[in-house]
Amino acid sequence: MSVTNVHKDTERLTMTVTTEYDVSVERAWELWNDPRQLERWWGPPTYPATVEEHDLNPGGRVAYYMTGPAGDRHRGWWRVLEADPPKRFVIEDGFADADGTPSATMPTMIMTVELAPTDSGTTMTIHTAFPSLDAMEQLITMGMEEGLTLALGQIDAILAA
Amino acid sequence: MVVDLRDADPSDAEVDRLFHALADATRRDILLRVLVAEFSVSALAREYPMSVTAVQKHVAVLEEAGLVVKRRQGREQRVTGRMDAVARARALLDQYEHVWRGRADRMRDLLAQDDERKDQS
Repeated sequence: MSVTNVHKDTERLTMTVTTEYDVSVERAWELWNDPRQLERWWGPPTYPATVEEHDLNPGGRVAYYMTGPAGDRHRGWWRVLEADPPKRFVIEDGFADADGTPSATMPTMIMTVELAPTDSGTTMTIHTAFPSLDAMEQLITMGMEEGLTLALGQIDAILAA
Repeated sequence: MVVDLRDADPSDAEVDRLFHALADATRRDILLRVLVAEFSVSALAREYPMSVTAVQKHVAVLEEAGLVVKRRQGREQRVTGRMDAVARARALLDQYEHVWRGRADRMRDLLAQDDERKDQS
């Protein structure tokens, strides 16, 4: 397990994931900065990502699409809002139309990624902020195809809450 | 008509309806989907190897148990799980956590391949 901490805020609609790796900050940064590496972890094997455009410098953008099992493509984009490579960058992530144009009607989320050195390697922190509950619903349920994996035990917890 | 398990005495009939609703795998799957997002009945039906009518019947059982609500929008029936905003946010963030755990594992696997390449050289 590489995830060492997850913090969810159901009122602010944010989530912070902390991961640790035994590699240098520069090597960890390449996971994001090399489009061929990004493609290999952004989506699961059943819903892989293909990165067509990629620039994580300030003002840069990334254009990508996810491919569903039927070959259907779902396009997305990142806009780099802030960047201080390899330590930190902030991106806006949204849906795009079939021709890659950022959708004017769909919501976006803001992701802040920070890479810090530790004694044994790197701590990578990913903070995602959603603008509203409805937006979060669309972004999570439409943007990711991992499938619904809540166990029955979690239904019990929800019903008892 | 949701059975609130904190209530002193939900009627036996209400509890029976709740357990009957949850006793079917398709209904549990439908419930999971509509707890995190609203779906039309036709969109739900695409997810299962059964007719729209069969899915409508499952939704009716869930509605009778108080687990989902339906609303009409134009010609569509739209189904939502009954949860308050905080619980809905929690369910969505749990889903999102799962996404990032998958990504973190794939990053780890990718980094491990660096070591394999080094060992082979």
